Order: sequence, then C-alpha cells, then structure tokens
Amino acid sequence: MTASSPVLEVEDLSIRFQERGRSLLAVRNLSFQVARGETLAIVGESGCGKSITALALLGLVPPPGRAEGKAIRLEGRNLLGLGPEALRDVRGRRIAMVFQEPMTTLNPVLTIGEQIVETIRDHEPASRREARDRALTLLERVHIPDPVRRFGEHPHRLSGGMRQRVVIAMALACNPAVLVADEPTTALDVTIQAQILDLIDELKQGGMGVVLITHDLGVVAGHAERVLVMYAGRKVEERAAADLFATPLHPYTRGLIAARPRRRVEGGERPRLVEIPGTVPSLAAMPPGCAFAPRCASATEDCTAAEPPLTSLEDGQVACLRVGDFLAPSHSLPHARLA
Amino acid sequence: MSIAQSVLPAAEERPVRRGLFARLLRRPSPVAGLVLLGAILAMAALADVAYPVDPLDMVGTPFLWPGADPDFPLGTDMMGRDIAAGIFHGARVSLLIGGVATLVSLVIGVGVGAIAGFFRGRADHALMHVTELFQTIPPFLFAIVIVAILQPTMTNVVLAIGLTSWPSLARLVRAEVLRLRDGEMVQASIVLGLSDARIILTHVLPNVLAPIVVSASIMVASAILTESSLAFLGLGDPNIVSWGSMVGAGREVLRTDWYVATVPGLAIVAAVLALNLLGDGLNDALDPRQNRR
Repeated sequence: MTASSPVLEVEDLSIRFQERGRSLLAVRNLSFQVARGETLAIVGESGCGKSITALALLGLVPPPGRAEGKAIRLEGRNLLGLGPEALRDVRGRRIAMVFQEPMTTLNPVLTIGEQIVETIRDHEPASRREARDRALTLLERVHIPDPVRRFGEHPHRLSGGMRQRVVIAMALACNPAVLVADEPTTALDVTIQAQILDLIDELKQGGMGVVLITHDLGVVAGHAERVLVMYAGRKVEERAAADLFATPLHPYTRGLIAARPRRRVEGGERPRLVEIPGTVPSLAAMPPGCAFAPRCASATEDCTAAEPPLTSLEDGQVACLRVGDFLAPSHSLPHARLA
Repeated sequence: MSIAQSVLPAAEERPVRRGLFARLLRRPSPVAGLVLLGAILAMAALADVAYPVDPLDMVGTPFLWPGADPDFPLGTDMMGRDIAAGIFHGARVSLLIGGVATLVSLVIGVGVGAIAGFFRGRADHALMHVTELFQTIPPFLFAIVIVAILQPTMTNVVLAIGLTSWPSLARLVRAEVLRLRDGEMVQASIVLGLSDARIILTHVLPNVLAPIVVSASIMVASAILTESSLAFLGLGDPNIVSWGSMVGAGREVLRTDWYVATVPGLAIVAAVLALNLLGDGLNDALDPRQNRR
C-alpha cells in the first residue's frame, strides 16, 4: 500500500433497519475516505445517522440494523462480510473508538492501569510487565501528569478531562490505524475540550486517521482537514474544512453555520441567533425528493421531484440541485467551482 | 523501564483489597459480625482439641443444667451427651455445609445469571425458563424431597441446599449484568475488541461483585438455617451432630428442660446474625465510591 492511499475507505454504505416488514434506511449510499494523519469530521443534527455510521465502521450496528453496500475498507481490507471473530480482532487493534462520556466508559472497580493492561493483553501476547510498561508510555503520550501514581488509581479519582485522556490511551493501546471519536468532548468543559482536541491532533501526527463525529461546528474548525455534513442519513456536502466555513454551499450547511452563536460586533446590535425552521424528517416518513426541501428557503418545485445527486466540485461534493445558482458569482467562490 | 520498575510494588498491592478490611472495621456492626463469626470459626477449629470425644457419646448424668457441673458448662441432654461438645462440633458442620452449599449455589447462580444477562436472546430465554421452573418449587420442600430420595448424608444435604438456593441469585446477577450490558463501559470494551470472556470476567462481574458478596453472606446464613431445619426434622446426617438436630432432640423436653433446645438455638441465631451483620458491612465497604478521601 502506498502512503497516499486512504487508510479508511467507505464505499456506498447503507444501514438498514428491518422490523416487522418495515424497512428503514438510517444511512443511504454514504461514501468517504480518510487519509493517514487526516481528520474527517462528520457533522449533523441528532438522528442524521452519524453515530450509527461510526458503529458501522467497527462492525457494530445493533440489530435489527444491518450494514450493506460495497465496502468499508480499512487499510485495504473490506470489513463488510467479515465474521464476528475477525471483526473483533480488527476492533481495538486496527480501528478504535472513543465515546462521549468518559465518566461511564471506565470501569469503576479497576485501576486505570489495570484497564489499559487488560486491553493490551487481550489483543497481544504481552507479559504483564511489558503491558505495564506500555501502559505507562501511553499515559505519558496522552499527557497524564505523574503517570506512575495515576496508574494505580481508580477512575473516580480523576477529573473528566483526565478520564477522557485515559479512554483515549486505551483506544491507542494497540496503535490503531483509525480512531473514531464520537462526540469526544461533548461532556467536557470548554477549556478541557480544546485540550482533548489538541491531543487528538497531536496523536494523528503519527499517521493515524481520525473520524471525528460531532454536532458542534466549533469543534470542527481548526481540528479537521475535511468536513462531511450529513442530513437524514445522506451526505449533503463534503469539502475541505476551510472552504466549507468560507463558502458553505448546501443550504443546510449554510443554516448550520448561520445557527452558531456569534459575538456582537463592536458598537453594533447583538446578532439574532438564526435557527433552521422545522425538524429532521422521520425515517419512516421521508419527504419526496431532497430530504431538506421542506425546511429549505431556496427550495423549488424541482427539489421535491427527485433526490438531488451528489455533484462533484474541485474540493469536494455537494448534493443540491441549486448549487449552480449558489456558485453563480464564481469569482467570489474561488475554491468551489464545478469540477 | 525505570518507570515500570518503580510502579511494580504499588500495582502489586491492589489498593481495593487493601482498603476493604480497613473500611470494614470502621463501623461497629461488621466488627460485631466479624467477632461473632471469628468465635464460631474458632469453636469449629478447636472442636477436636477441646472435645476430642465423639459428641454423640454419653459422657455424664442426663439433664445437668448449665452451670450445675463445671465439667459440663452448658449442661447435658436427656441422654447425658455434653451440649458444649455438640455446639463445638456442630459449628463445624454448620459452617461447612453453609459454606459449601453457598459455593455450589454461587457457581450455578452467577454462571446462569451472567450468561443469560450478557448474551440475552435465546440463551437468556432458555436459562430463565429453567430458573423459573426452580422458583416455582418451594426451596425448602425441594430440599426435603432431594434428601428424602437420596440418602441423608452431608454431601446430599449440601447438594440439596445448593441446588435450591441459586435461582434468586441468578436473577439478581442477570438484572445487574443486563444493566451493565447496555452501559457505555461494556460498549467501550466491545469497541476495544475485547473478548466476551474477558468483558464478563474483568468488566462485568467485578462490578456485580458487591451484590454477589452481600447475598453470598446472607446465603451462608440461610443455608445454615436450612440445614438446621432439615436436621430438626430428622433429615440430617444421623452420624454427625448438628445444631438443628440438637434443637430437634431438645424439642421433646422443651417444657421441663428448655435449655437443651435453647442453647443450640442461640448458636444458630449467633451464626445467622454474624453473617447478616457482615453482609451489611460488606455492602457498604465494597462500594469503591465510598473510598473518597
């Protein structure tokens, strides 16, 4: 495998929930790639399918759900169709995940050292001593102060940020190629959030790919190279992070960016918080055509006729029929020309 | 390497266990329980030294009240058997049967509960149906039936008690495991690719340990009671002396010489009380969050 080939490649992934004859698609035809040392942020509202996508990457879609599609290729190996034992071997060793809530992910009755040692020894035939050695190195890597002392302490003695560092250390125990972080900072204080994101940035310097799942665009800015916006189970826009923030194209992305609280301009009025009207449609009652059309100010009749295809741009993709109109004054959107 | 070497002794000491005993000693009731239990254990251990003669032998005048003869501090029964010797040797029987029966029950109950709760689905259905089947039969009657069909030997009594007392433990363990199973801790372990066995043994069961230990101590107490009841009904091993059989024997002379039944009865009360006090103390002490400084 060459250095430029993506470490994670998702091709045409759909996640179907089938129950009592009804069949719902929680995620539809999702494709994306993550390169080594790159962070791809997956952004969207609650229920847009981002967390289930994360679980699918690890082969953990809860029943009655099922992942379908062409491929989830991790380091060139297709995970779709692997048996449970093979998947278990990949999990933790090649792809690892960090959850939102570090208070409940750690085992309260084991010391943090024991937990990291267990994780290492379950995957690799390391002796207790080797594993202990590596656990201490991991604690240092995630900047736990005084790792020797912390090694023997129980999770309740640590602060939230420290616990999340321990959780990350456990995820890194076997040097995974991809780290999936599902809302890793949502449960933490703002100052701690920045530290954890900086830590993830630092760790990916070694070539690890990161999938950062979040509903918070503030988290994305400055910590992700590329951003994938999901709406109702579908990718609506995927672009380089800087371009997406400078010139959001899909009306939903623009809505998300406009809906962030902003600072008052000196001497001016406090800007009103712009919300996106309406709610995400239920999977069981998807509107015809573009799923966002009922909430979209720019929607036309054509939008409700057929689902808009993904249009390729120079720096990414967007699924909106009217993207040409938004691109019209093309000199003002230097990066976003139709490819 | 230097870091690893300096941490070795600290990690070897296992801070949870080191603190458990100290925390147990902080409250009066578990201390009382431990003292009582220690006294009963000492009696069991010293039975052969203090009373080397078979406690079923007739050694003195019948119906000697406690204190009447310094050779028999707790008196003698209607056959002239030394009650103190019976109490000492009976302690051995009660503790042994209580302990082993609880062990049998723990293995079945924890195993069934953990497998049913962790794997859910078909395994859960099958195991819970078996558990319900056992729960529909009154455990004491069931134990009587087992002992009556088989010979009333010590092993059979242990099996009878062990086989009838696990269902409630299985349900308790299953409920706790189900709760943990959907928690983020187990999810995180699955995401880390840990094997089912390791998740159950290192992440699930240690977190269920507190209720298991607490119910185990209560189960020892109720096993002692069940054994005494069986022996009282004459379904104990006839070749060994047990507190229950002593109470049963004393029943006939309850109106005139009530001490014959009361002394072993008090021993049963003391053992059961000690184990219950200890169980409550363990319940408090085993919660790691109580260890905050």
